[in-house]
Amino acid sequence: MPDLHMVVCVKVVPKSEEIRVDPETMHLIREGVRSEINPPDMNALEMALDLKDRHGGRVSLLSMGPPPFETYLQAALAMGADHVYLLSDRAFAGADTLATTYTLAQGIRKLGDVDIVFCGEESADGATGQVPSGLAEWLNVGQLTLLTNIEMDLKRGVARGHRELKGGYEILEVPLPVVVSVTTACNEPRFMDYRIKPWAFEAGRVTVWTAGDLDADENHIGFNGSPTVVSSLAEAPSRERKKQFLEGSPAEIAQLLLNVFREDLPQ
Amino acid sequence: MTVSLYNPGEEQKSILVFLEHEGGVLANVSLELLGKGREMADGLHWSLAGLLMGHQVADLAHEAIAYGADEVWLGEHPLLQFFTIEAYAHTAFQAVSDGKPSVFLLGATPNGRDLAGRLAVRLRTGLNADCSGLRIDPDSGVLVSEVSGFGGGVLALIEMRTHRPQMATVRPGVFTPSEMDRNKNGKVIEIPLVLEEDMIQTQVVEREVGSGIDLTRTPVLVAGGRGIEGDFLMLQKLADLLGGDVGATRPPVDEGHIERQRQIGQTGVVCSPEVAICCGISGAFHFVVGIEKANTVIAINSDPEAPIFDYADYCIVGDVHQIIPEIITALRSEGEIAHA
Ligand SMILES: Cc1cc2nc3c(=O)[nH]c(=O)nc-3n(C[C@H](O)[C@H](O)[C@H](O)COP(=O)(O)OP(=O)(O)OC[C@H]3O[C@@H](n4cnc5c(N)ncnc54)[C@H](O)[C@@H]3O)c2cc1C
Ligand SMILES: Nc1ncnc2c1ncn2[C@@H]1O[C@H](COP(=O)(O)O)[C@@H](O)[C@H]1O
Repeated sequence: MPDLHMVVCVKVVPKSEEIRVDPETMHLIREGVRSEINPPDMNALEMALDLKDRHGGRVSLLSMGPPPFETYLQAALAMGADHVYLLSDRAFAGADTLATTYTLAQGIRKLGDVDIVFCGEESADGATGQVPSGLAEWLNVGQLTLLTNIEMDLKRGVARGHRELKGGYEILEVPLPVVVSVTTACNEPRFMDYRIKPWAFEAGRVTVWTAGDLDADENHIGFNGSPTVVSSLAEAPSRERKKQFLEGSPAEIAQLLLNVFREDLPQ
Repeated sequence: MTVSLYNPGEEQKSILVFLEHEGGVLANVSLELLGKGREMADGLHWSLAGLLMGHQVADLAHEAIAYGADEVWLGEHPLLQFFTIEAYAHTAFQAVSDGKPSVFLLGATPNGRDLAGRLAVRLRTGLNADCSGLRIDPDSGVLVSEVSGFGGGVLALIEMRTHRPQMATVRPGVFTPSEMDRNKNGKVIEIPLVLEEDMIQTQVVEREVGSGIDLTRTPVLVAGGRGIEGDFLMLQKLADLLGGDVGATRPPVDEGHIERQRQIGQTGVVCSPEVAICCGISGAFHFVVGIEKANTVIAINSDPEAPIFDYADYCIVGDVHQIIPEIITALRSEGEIAHA
């Protein structure tokens, strides 16, 4: 079998702890908010780099988003990946899951001979885990989701994954090529390698592909390719809470809480 | 525009619910979706159908009817014994393209999400993930899905007007099942199936799935955050005394102090206890969405400025390692008095 070619789908997202919403317009306030690589995607990248360490091959990063994503992708490249591809075009804007998965799938088709596509479990700002499965459908390949571990049997050309389920697990085998999603925090992403950092940050390191480069059907991308529309944004009606501060010594506070339990808990 | 496999003019006025099961028991989330589906269908005089796939699962069809389904579309096949994406997506696609439901709801579980993601693409339709509320507009028949926007505080209402089915996933614990009614009538309709071994690429090598921990229904939740520094034993004692269970924020789960199944919040469990006690938790939106439905929230945090106090009924500024042992002592001595 020729060298493994692994693609890791990474998204750049605003840091979740810094996001604020403008109460007037209900839009996200973007000023002053820093971005980062979607943390779960770092676990996906680590799983791919670990396979590369063990079996050789190469790792490509693939992302759909605007040009400012480039520096974040270069930082990920410096962790030990080989190539970066950014799918960037105004026509991609407004994509929901259907359009996003189509666009990423076109990128993967253009790369050709891909063996494993890695995704994070979910994007911090996104469709919560619907991309990996949709991507596998557009590519018409198998899938292994929510993996905590992957092993390759390169002779047979299959991937064997340990999948986390509620109250247990499954071990599944799927022939390559396959789309994989990785359980958040299942591994410890490595740091940037300072020896390759200068190379990773060289100008022109990121290959940018537009809709034209991807031969994308304009009916399937961006707003056009997105069946869902946001019809309104409203402030979430948060439940009114008493916000009553209990004062006193720990023992006194404990007594106050016993009263709360007596009132609120059915005996 | 993309065009879905069938359009609103061709739809049946029905809601379809994916019925998950494990060990011969229907999943709670499926019962919850039947409950919500029943409520929406009644308001519109639509019908409610369940999609049941498996091997020797016909008994569960009657269960689903008792929980509100008018019809159960049944895919029975030895190759459906375990969930594999190929067999399940094939069967579900067949059922949906024959029955053309207007709405298709699935639990946001590992298998529900996998199936939803595949089918939405195969049907060329939209998918609203992790909805916190659902409503069907009585005039247009359009499903309005409520999704909480990231960063919290924002609710987005999402619709699809020109694509069918209108797909949505909902997490366990968000809706409530209807009362079971053994006398309710319903129809079981077999899905004509052609499934061959060579259509299935996924091989289930090993599988061990128990019932797992279910925090969605615990009456008392004692949740610990980074501030309790891994001392879940202390929280377990408190939970035992109150007849409840222990949950956690994400950091202690990531650090391996406690099982992932006990994580509360956006990527964990949504629960609705009578009382939730949040210990050493800062109150990030990702966590707070998981306790929004609690009747009473108690928060203990050493930082008087901690955001969690904005989401609590009773706020205690102090060290968890001092306060919680006192509560445990007080509960114990109260118990002794009661038994004396
Ligand atoms: C995509 C995504 C999804 C996420 N999903 C979830 C989720 O489902 N659930 C979840 O919980 N998080 C989730 N998170 C993480 C979330 O954003 C927060 O980081 C997390 O909830 C913080 O946990 P914490 O409150 O335990 O820790 P911290 O924020 O570190 O807070 C610890 C608190 O403990 C207090 N403290 C310290 N010592 C003591 C003491 N001795 N006594 C009393 N108080 C003390 C401190 O004052 C502080 O307020 C998610 C994040 C992302 C990006
Ligand atoms: N715009 C994007 N570019 C690259 N990868 C993405 C993008 N959106 C989602 N993904 C991948 O899909 C995973 C799941 O995302 P989601 O389904 O949006 O929760 C992420 O962790 C990424 O690996």
